[in-house]
Amino acid sequence: MKHQSEFGRLLERFGVIAAAVGALSIFAGASGAQAAGLLDEIKARDFVHCGTAPNVPGYAFTDANGDRVGFDIDLCHALAAAILGDPDKVKLSKMRPKDGFPALQTGQVDILTHRLTWTFNRDNGTGMNYTRVMIYDGQGFIVRKDLGVSSISELDGAAICVAQGTTVELNVADFFRTNNLSYNIVSFGSQEEAQIAYDEERCDAFSTDRMGLAARSLGFKNRADHVILPETISKEPIGPLVAHNQDEWADTARWVFNALIAAEELGVTQGNIDDMRANSQNPEVQRLIGVTGDFGQRLELSNDWAYNAIKAVGNYGEIYDRHLGPDTRLGLERGRNALWTDGGLIIAPPFR
Amino acid sequence: MAVETTDDRVRNTSFVFWSSSKYRTKFYEVLVLGLLFASLYWIINNVVTNLNRLGIRTGFGFLKQEAGFDIGQTLVTYNEASSYGSAVLVALLNTVLMSLLAIVFATIIGFVVGVSRLSSNWLLSRAATAYVEIFRNMPLLLQIFFWYFAVLRALPVPRQSIAFFDTIYINNRGIYAPSPVFEPGFGIVIAALVMALGVAIALRRWARVRQSRTGQPFPVLVTSLIIIIGLLLVSAAVAGFPLSWQVPALKGFNYTGGFSVIPELVAMVVALSIYHASFVAEIVRGGVLSVRRGQVEAARAMGLRPGQIMREVIVPQALRVIIPPLSNQYLNLAKSSALAAAIAYPDLMHVLGGAVLAQTGQPIEVMTIVMGTYLAISLLIALFMNWYNRRSSLVER
Amino acid sequence: MAFVASRPEPTLPAPVAAAGVLGWLRQNLFSSPINTLVTIIVLYAIYRIVDPLISWAFINAVWTGTSADACPDGHGACWAFVRARFRQIVYGDYPLDQLWRINVLYAIFAGGLVALMYPRTPGRKWVGLFMLTGFPVVAFLLLVGGVFGLRFVGTNNWGGLMLTLVVAVTAIVGSIPLGLILALGRRSEMKAIRSVSTAFIELWRGVPLIAVLFMASALFPLFTPEGVNFDKLVRTLLAFAIFSSAFMAEVFRGGLQAIPRGQYEAAKSLGIGYWKMMGYVILPQAIRHVIPALVNTCIGIFKETTLVLVIGLTDLLGVIQLGLSDTDWIGGGHIYASGYLFAGLAFWAFTFGMSRYSIHLERHSVSGKNQALQTL
Repeated sequence: MKHQSEFGRLLERFGVIAAAVGALSIFAGASGAQAAGLLDEIKARDFVHCGTAPNVPGYAFTDANGDRVGFDIDLCHALAAAILGDPDKVKLSKMRPKDGFPALQTGQVDILTHRLTWTFNRDNGTGMNYTRVMIYDGQGFIVRKDLGVSSISELDGAAICVAQGTTVELNVADFFRTNNLSYNIVSFGSQEEAQIAYDEERCDAFSTDRMGLAARSLGFKNRADHVILPETISKEPIGPLVAHNQDEWADTARWVFNALIAAEELGVTQGNIDDMRANSQNPEVQRLIGVTGDFGQRLELSNDWAYNAIKAVGNYGEIYDRHLGPDTRLGLERGRNALWTDGGLIIAPPFR
Repeated sequence: MAVETTDDRVRNTSFVFWSSSKYRTKFYEVLVLGLLFASLYWIINNVVTNLNRLGIRTGFGFLKQEAGFDIGQTLVTYNEASSYGSAVLVALLNTVLMSLLAIVFATIIGFVVGVSRLSSNWLLSRAATAYVEIFRNMPLLLQIFFWYFAVLRALPVPRQSIAFFDTIYINNRGIYAPSPVFEPGFGIVIAALVMALGVAIALRRWARVRQSRTGQPFPVLVTSLIIIIGLLLVSAAVAGFPLSWQVPALKGFNYTGGFSVIPELVAMVVALSIYHASFVAEIVRGGVLSVRRGQVEAARAMGLRPGQIMREVIVPQALRVIIPPLSNQYLNLAKSSALAAAIAYPDLMHVLGGAVLAQTGQPIEVMTIVMGTYLAISLLIALFMNWYNRRSSLVER
Repeated sequence: MAFVASRPEPTLPAPVAAAGVLGWLRQNLFSSPINTLVTIIVLYAIYRIVDPLISWAFINAVWTGTSADACPDGHGACWAFVRARFRQIVYGDYPLDQLWRINVLYAIFAGGLVALMYPRTPGRKWVGLFMLTGFPVVAFLLLVGGVFGLRFVGTNNWGGLMLTLVVAVTAIVGSIPLGLILALGRRSEMKAIRSVSTAFIELWRGVPLIAVLFMASALFPLFTPEGVNFDKLVRTLLAFAIFSSAFMAEVFRGGLQAIPRGQYEAAKSLGIGYWKMMGYVILPQAIRHVIPALVNTCIGIFKETTLVLVIGLTDLLGVIQLGLSDTDWIGGGHIYASGYLFAGLAFWAFTFGMSRYSIHLERHSVSGKNQALQTL
């Protein structure tokens, strides 16, 4: 009994002090752990963490087997293949736009391969940087056929479902203001909620990027009852974002995406890449897939970085055709997203 | 044992600063404050470092900039060209409107259910108990989802609206009711109303003085009502009934004109009222039960009528017990109204935590505004209820 | 002497059946015209609610099917939806071949609770100790894995009832000691400690939980140095426990205030120190006072676990909500209603059970000095 009380007294006196010292040392230890560059961190932890849209057919979608598939998902696989040599070393997190920005800013994800438009505001002063444009899109509207509406100008007084925190929300406001039309906005926390609300007739129209509309309308109860209006009210250059002040990582991501486009320009495909590596005499192809040169080392990757990426997911055109192209459910022609040589806007900087 | 005695002797002879409770107390206080400030400094330092590293802009300058987005329900003038500051105000007013409506309904339902639980009618008291046990024990968020998705979203589209007397329409876009249109000459009616209220207040004061002097009661309520309604009718007739109603009509996509309520607000008010009413009911029941039987018996012995017993004896005493927990419940209600964000009602949490945060990219500032505003609301309710509590405790002699 | 009776009063007829079914009915339902009217109105209301509810939930309900097409609108409840999602409701997205790990935990949890509730369990104290200390460790190891040859399962696969219980138990178990410390701090005689505790408690009590959770999920990483990162679930649990501790603190403070000064003075006059006075004299009495309020707070915490779905974690309600936004199951209000009704019943079973147990404790708390501590 006496011993116990001695112990109690000791505890009383020193417990608080010990706790204080412990807490301080934890603080000190934590602040002492200086973080290395993000690229090194990714290599060390052995997976790439991508934030993607929760549920958009063609872009980021959970298929019947429970796998995440889509254009945005393949961009993430390409990164993992180029950096870690294995396209499956990815962690895919579903994010609404309003969760994605803070998650990227605070380093919870490495990159947002999401359907997010490149704007001045998002690129400057918000802790984020765009890598490059992967899809050129523009905003449109979808309505029910039985409304008999054939143009956006007939939407005066309509209720419009949008997702908040997006450029869509801003474009709708600008468009209706400049055209002196009235409307009722219904802003939801995510595109998914807005889409379902429109489908359940909470709104007369649903607005997002046209390619997004094509994808999301597949999720409607009855797609045939709806029609996408012909007008496009904005330009939406869409591409992956990384955190500000991560130059190395941003360069790596940007050039992996460039490599996918360059591969299409050079005729390198998932199918012929092994043949190309063995036989191609084109110096740019050789530099791209690491037969000659040291481009891989300069990115602090292995020299077959681009080979791995293309081998894993194919070139830009193949990814597009697989998920968005005319033969898919979305059935989207290349249009503006054709290569510059075919009259489109997609171009890769030279690999030299 | 020898060791212990030595120990005791040492403690008694040598001065160690913690032996004095005064010094020991000071030491602990300094330690706690030191730790607090150290961790605060550590966090703020981290935030500043992180923001600098990421090149995120700081400060509240964005509040004056153009917001660029629209909000689904605005109580004050607001459009796309208004500033983020006005967006905050609009969102705050939406939160206040929703909370006030829910507080009123929760109080009414809660009082009815609480008193019903004490009813001598077995069936009624059991039904009230069932109400309390069902709604109190289910998560509020689930109830909000139920009312919004399962009930209001399932209503017909505008062209097949449910109509009441061809003036009130209900559909999945909201509730549409006639709104009053004040014509010139309505000022007379308002003047009459003010006058009538003044007379009623004076009458009440006079009746009270008379009762305390002579013991004669005066039917203040009935007389006041007659005066108010009579004056209103007379003044309206004089001015030629200067009030008309604008009835909503189906035009284009939906009913326009008149007064409309969006379904998100309806769902929030219904869910908040029903959920919090179950707590209010328990508070009311506890309050009424706290009035001792002897009080009622004494009142009866003095010949008071049942209505008088309720009004003059039970309610004043029960209120004193009811008000502190009731004010706490109102606080809870106001805070839980932030769940509106889950069904896209444009309240503080939805507009600031969603649109403003994502469009400005300044999470720290935006969340500081959100937290600060809710703290201020809580404080205001607490202050008001404290004031009211003090006023009502004055009944005690 | 006119007021003195000169002959016996006539015998009164026997009172109209005050006992028996009829008497009970007359006394409780039809004692006055108004009462009779109320009874009839309530009966009618019950009939109007219960009759359609039964035909909707049972007679016309759809029990099997794989999509909303199986559940036409205007028919009845769509329990097929709940069946299709049942595994996710119970286990979340946990790998199929690892479900036994969750089953084991459910079994230990249920067994432990039953043993604790039954007052004559042998070694009840040790069971309680295990549930408070050993069980969380076992649960953590089993759920996360990565040791003893168990496969690692990331928290993004956690969900459903399992996640709801993880959040609720962590928040409750974490907030009780923290709340106790805060309550003692708020009643401390040291001014600095008192004001710090008060400020801390009032700060958390003044803001909505949803905003706190949002801070924890989105902003918390800004508060730590670069490279220091916790799992999102860990941040959520931490925020939840701290938030709840402010409410627990107020509950304990109520108990501490109910202890008469004499108890403190008697303890001090015996010359025992602060911690012993609290541990042996004050707290055992105070905690017994606040058990009902404590259980109420636990019920509140349990209900509020649903808020984690707003920050993207799929708890029990989250799984239902996610399933309802699945294209296959979009088909009208009755499917929503079925999903929410099921989730509501599940939550209700837990919370109602807790509140009944609290009432039971309240009635039996007079016996046994340490019972209060054991039930914690």
